[in-house]
Amino acid sequence: MTILSRDFRELRLDGISRRFGAQNALEDVSLTVPRGEFVALLGPSGCGKSTALNCIAGLLQLTDGAIWLDDRRIDPLQSEDRGFGMVFQNYALFPHLTVRRNVGFGLEMQRIGRGEVERRVDEALGVVRLTDQSDKLPGQLSGGQQQRVAIARAIAVEPPVVLMDEPLSNLDAKLRLEMRTEIRRIHRLLGSATIYVTHDQEEALSLADRIVVLRDGRVRQIGTPSELYRRPIDIDVAEFMGFRNALSGTVVRREGDTVEVDCAVGGTIRARVVDPKTGPAVTVAIRPGDLTPGPDGPIVGEVNGLEYRGESWFGTATAGDGQELFFRSHMSIAIGETVRLDAPEDRVLAYDRAAGAAPTSGGGR
Amino acid sequence: MSVSSSTTGRPARRLSLAQRLAARDLDAVTLLVVPAALFVVAMFVYPFLYGLVLSFHPKEGDALANYTTFFSDPYMYGTIWLTLRLALPVTVINLLISVPIAMRVRHMRRQRILTTILVLPITLGTVLIAEGLLNYLGPQGWLNRTLITFGLIDHPIRLVHNYLGVLLSLVITGFPFTFLLTLSMISGIDPALEQAAATLGARAPQRFRRIVLPLILPGLAVTFCLAFVDAFSVFPSAVMLGSPAGETRVISIAAAQAAFEKYDYSYASAIAMIMTVIQFGFVGIVLALRGLFYKGPALGGKG
Repeated sequence: MTILSRDFRELRLDGISRRFGAQNALEDVSLTVPRGEFVALLGPSGCGKSTALNCIAGLLQLTDGAIWLDDRRIDPLQSEDRGFGMVFQNYALFPHLTVRRNVGFGLEMQRIGRGEVERRVDEALGVVRLTDQSDKLPGQLSGGQQQRVAIARAIAVEPPVVLMDEPLSNLDAKLRLEMRTEIRRIHRLLGSATIYVTHDQEEALSLADRIVVLRDGRVRQIGTPSELYRRPIDIDVAEFMGFRNALSGTVVRREGDTVEVDCAVGGTIRARVVDPKTGPAVTVAIRPGDLTPGPDGPIVGEVNGLEYRGESWFGTATAGDGQELFFRSHMSIAIGETVRLDAPEDRVLAYDRAAGAAPTSGGGR
Repeated sequence: MSVSSSTTGRPARRLSLAQRLAARDLDAVTLLVVPAALFVVAMFVYPFLYGLVLSFHPKEGDALANYTTFFSDPYMYGTIWLTLRLALPVTVINLLISVPIAMRVRHMRRQRILTTILVLPITLGTVLIAEGLLNYLGPQGWLNRTLITFGLIDHPIRLVHNYLGVLLSLVITGFPFTFLLTLSMISGIDPALEQAAATLGARAPQRFRRIVLPLILPGLAVTFCLAFVDAFSVFPSAVMLGSPAGETRVISIAAAQAAFEKYDYSYASAIAMIMTVIQFGFVGIVLALRGLFYKGPALGGKG
């Protein structure tokens, strides 16, 4: 394959902000993306991740900060002068142009000779494995094929940076998994930097070299997928990374980074602190998959729902004080029964309750 | 239909008439169309056919006498040219100013207010606008007096009772219509398409020419037809603001004179039929050209 991204070292976001009226959609975001890296911007809807992407693409102007491509400041440039490839959530294929003309659009804008355009379009179509569909209109393609055309169109111009805005959210589950592999493959093939926006933590974990968690327009945590999965920096990120159980409690004993926490729902559980400065008032976060019934389980609840998910059951239970608990079980449990739940110490994280948002009951993500 | 035969082992039962009609989208609700259909037949189809037949029964001469009279008299067939000379530029001007304004307006937040102002002329009616223009543009009107006061001109410029007056009034009355249609077409284009084109290096003029224009062309063609037909049948402003005996003697004036001054309804009908044929001709040409363009939805993918 000869499609390769243009040579550069890194893309740098330097304290970029974007306000809409009085509202800060994006505040002081800094990030350096070296060539070849796959970065996912992850966050719930409204966290500013799409705003960030649009700012990088030049579709939105910054209200503060700067964007650098190596030593070149690019934030004053308009989108058409940045030369980044962008894949839109709804693909934004030109409906009146054939697949071939869609993919060649960016090249035609560069006033490249016809033969060269044809050759590079063929290459891009080859990369996304759509060579045989090149004379169709986008409307005649399936969702997955349209998605591939959108990617081919973005990479045909050989951009240094490829931006993707939730590109898989309109596809069905099976296709989403397939396209994930494809996107990863294409990224490796091009060697460009890819910035990928998603609200799906699983997608981010499986695709990215590095994940940036955004919330309320600010960066909450930057880390590798395993760092984020194992040690979310605060309770919000933890909840977003799947720690659905958030129990308030008080530290009663501590040895190094292991603490013993008296939970408000009753029971004492051992946990790890992420931040050594964590105070006595804490919120304990546990993934549903790690909270399982055990004979000596300290946390007691009454089962009120159970669903079968193949290898195990996932259930909800209500603790004494009304707090909802999410747990996993290897066997079926009758609704109304009382369960004692426990989690391995290294899978329970304790966060300072004073810092960050006060935990609500464990609902939501 | 397959509903009855597939599921049970019983022999296929014939569906009732109501069910069979419903399968073809004919049910009681369809009957609601009947009054409107009758109205159209009574108020449009019948008079049209009546006029068509009437036009072939001239006061004197053979069946085609009206038509031969019309096309042998330059004073009569000249009206076709005079009307086209008004209707075509008016339609083109309106399209040309509607598109850029609609391109601007579509992203505006206070779009509603502006749209209301722009659309006002449509609610006023041709006659009121013609009167207004007479006052405003006339030799003693505000415009001329202002220009004279500021010493920009010595003598009033003639803007009414000629071709220009009618052209202006047709542009003003026709614009809201063209504009609203154009705006709805342009607003229907997914903004992501232009953004995508921008990220691919297309500048604003290229984005318009390569993305927006091809997507609205079919709609513009239809708008052209509607606006053209409207302008072609101009009557009040041609009489009030033009020179009905001279350069704005449009075909509808000729028809009106035949009917109400010479009381020759047969000849008037023939002129009306000629008008119809010309309008159909232009509409047909434009719609045929439209067939050459992409006509699908202006969306970038599965939404």
